[in-house]
Amino acid sequence: MTEFFQSLGMSYEWAWAVATLAGILLIALPLMLAVAMIIYVDRKVWAAINLRRGPNVVGPFGLLQSFADGLKVFLQETIIPSAANKGIFILAPIVTFTVALAAWAVIPFDAGVVLADINVGLLYILAISSLSVYGVIMAGWASNSKYPFFSAMRASAQMISYEVSIGFILVCVVLYAGTFNLSDIVMAQKGHGLGIVNGYVFNLLLFPMWVMFFISCLAETQRVPFDLTEAESELVAGYQTEYSSMSFALFWLGEYANILLMCMLNAILFFGGWLPPLDWAPLYYVPGIIWLLLKTFFFFFMFSWVMATVPRYRYDQLMRLGWKVFLPISLLFVVLISGYLMATGHYGAAA
Amino acid sequence: MIQTFVFYLFAVLMIASAVMVITARNPVHSVLWLILAFFNAAGLMVLVGAEFIAMLLVIVYVGAVAVLFLFVVMMLDIDVAAMRAGFMKNFPLGIAIALILLAELVLGIGAYRVGAIELGTPMASEAPAMVESNTAAIGAMLYSKYVFLFEIAGIILLVAMIGAIVLTHRPSKSKRGQQDIGKQVRRNPDEATQMKQPEVGKGVEL
Repeated sequence: MTEFFQSLGMSYEWAWAVATLAGILLIALPLMLAVAMIIYVDRKVWAAINLRRGPNVVGPFGLLQSFADGLKVFLQETIIPSAANKGIFILAPIVTFTVALAAWAVIPFDAGVVLADINVGLLYILAISSLSVYGVIMAGWASNSKYPFFSAMRASAQMISYEVSIGFILVCVVLYAGTFNLSDIVMAQKGHGLGIVNGYVFNLLLFPMWVMFFISCLAETQRVPFDLTEAESELVAGYQTEYSSMSFALFWLGEYANILLMCMLNAILFFGGWLPPLDWAPLYYVPGIIWLLLKTFFFFFMFSWVMATVPRYRYDQLMRLGWKVFLPISLLFVVLISGYLMATGHYGAAA
Repeated sequence: MIQTFVFYLFAVLMIASAVMVITARNPVHSVLWLILAFFNAAGLMVLVGAEFIAMLLVIVYVGAVAVLFLFVVMMLDIDVAAMRAGFMKNFPLGIAIALILLAELVLGIGAYRVGAIELGTPMASEAPAMVESNTAAIGAMLYSKYVFLFEIAGIILLVAMIGAIVLTHRPSKSKRGQQDIGKQVRRNPDEATQMKQPEVGKGVEL
């Protein structure tokens, strides 16, 4: 894109700046639209599973429901509790939202279609997702109220616990792909299964890793069955109890942008990203981004499915699952996979 | 042009937030400023091309260590006035430590200027050829020339971790809170409940 702006007669630096800005807008604006629509999908799926109708009043089939909700919170009054720590109280939703958007910089949507094609893309995602806990902690602490604070404590412990096992799972994928670059990880999956299936998930050693990654994603994004941070029966509404109007909406948008990101990571790391499911020439005529979005949508459906059917975990069960089940298993698989790769000579000569 | 601008942006923000860490009155604010300082340090590292170290800095320090700091500081009920009361008493000790640190810095920079020591600087013949990404370069260095130092560091960390767990772990005396998940799952209604039909006016013997 930089070349295009250079051809309009700009110097290289200006062309780069304009191209990057355009790229950011090109990702962030459709993302916001996608978040609005995905909330609608979420509610429709829950409704269908619960044998209800779901949103069906605003617009055709209720399609505009999320926009109506957005307009509603936008027109509400922003209330800042008098006992709150004002600066941090306002900063918290901004941090949540910004961090949720920042992670999208390294997501490859198609071959070469990525805002920042950096070599440490996966580490960047891990770094950014470890930042997302700050919005929650800051909100809980700055509200100066009991329930938000409990929620923030729960959230930070939960996210740190599951990030450890997510880290090990990602190491397994990186061992196979031999790179941290997300585009290269996708390309490494081409024809991985028996030479025709694109995707790491059909590998017997990586399939259990995918199952654990999916469950850890649920915990990392605080979805049911791990939504203890906003368990409404115990904590009113969790860390966002004291928030109203746009600051509340920013939390909501950030949360769903994170969920979409995790769905897309599932697709990119284990299901071959923008590649079609089978390594068969006619399937490549469909644009890559369509395959990626289809896969993402499938994972989002699974997220909603879990949300509508599974009861909430108890907090000690959540911690047990993270530290006593996922961590040892993922560590074992790192050893197993690296041993297997060494033995089969994946990295040059077998030792 | 952009690089110079970004460098000064990160550098100024980092120094300013480092100053705010020690001047902020609220300890939670201090930790948040510290996080901003870490973040800007990571930005500076990206600028010099050390992206791997930058990401590790964010993951380890910002994502894990600072969260625990924040956790602890939020839980503690720190009375700022009581902490500042001992200022004059601790003043000479503080000044002494500051002077030692300053002397070490001056010595370090002086020694670096001389340039005679080769601490960890690879010999020209031994230096691995620069591979395409610095992740690969660090790996090639760490697992060839410094492999023993690396493993010793790993073992020291492991011992420290086990030590911390041994020191803080207390086996609970009561049976409360201990549960066998398998036993709970195996339990079925037949052994957990029993049907009784008590006569009117009589209790049930359990």
